[in-house]
Amino acid sequence: MITASLNAYILLSVLLFAIGFLGVIVRKNTLAIYISLELMLVASTLALVAFSRYNGTMDGNVFVFFILTVAAAEVAVGLAIIVALFRKRMTVQVDELNALKN
Amino acid sequence: MADTLFFFLATFLVIFAVGAVLSRNVVNAALCFLLCLVGVSGLFALLEAYLLAVLLVLVYAGAVVALFLFIIMLLDMKHPTAWNTKGFSMISSVIAFGLLVTGVVTFASHGKLASLPIDQVPAVGASLNGYAYQLFTTYLLPVQVVGFLLLIAMLGVIVLSKKIDGVEDAS
Repeated sequence: MITASLNAYILLSVLLFAIGFLGVIVRKNTLAIYISLELMLVASTLALVAFSRYNGTMDGNVFVFFILTVAAAEVAVGLAIIVALFRKRMTVQVDELNALKN
Repeated sequence: MADTLFFFLATFLVIFAVGAVLSRNVVNAALCFLLCLVGVSGLFALLEAYLLAVLLVLVYAGAVVALFLFIIMLLDMKHPTAWNTKGFSMISSVIAFGLLVTGVVTFASHGKLASLPIDQVPAVGASLNGYAYQLFTTYLLPVQVVGFLLLIAMLGVIVLSKKIDGVEDAS
């Protein structure tokens, strides 16, 4: 049985990242893709916090602090773009949003 | 005890991550993502980063997922959406996911990350003191930049969601 070592945390983090990546590729709905992207971001923060804890340094934690701030701003802008796109095209399916012009 | 908690949270997390990624209904996906965030927050608490655990729930579970749910309700998708089942993208996604999983398995079986046992490393992230010191000394400039970034993001969102004369919406 593995103990909850640094390896276990990083393994979990990479696994979450892989699941998020699968979602980004497989889903067709822009919002679902965006949720999967956020999942990938959270997985990376988990790795940073684990490294920080096991090395006794503060930098990873502070970086996660910044990542949380930037992610909040990023979600707001991304969702505003999706809403603007929906108003223009009446769809959020990526296979229908395949042209930059109409 | 900590190990049991870790495995419980890890299982919880993976189950709801798969749910968030694969559920057909976007509302279900968002709620699964919310539970995922709760699991990650528990892991942060297990890693003794209490401030980050609280912030994750406040910022992500409180604001981001709520925003997602608002937008999902606002857009009101008619049909629950399927997955990308066109041949080419399906094959490429399976290959890419297989490569990632192979990487993970290789990592799990061969990788040895050198680190001391956790009880010999001081939990520097446990107190607010460390964050405050770092944020007001080493990371003072990034804090200011992030403040401006938030302001600019707010302005950008207002501009993006404003109706501009002459630009017509599809009806």
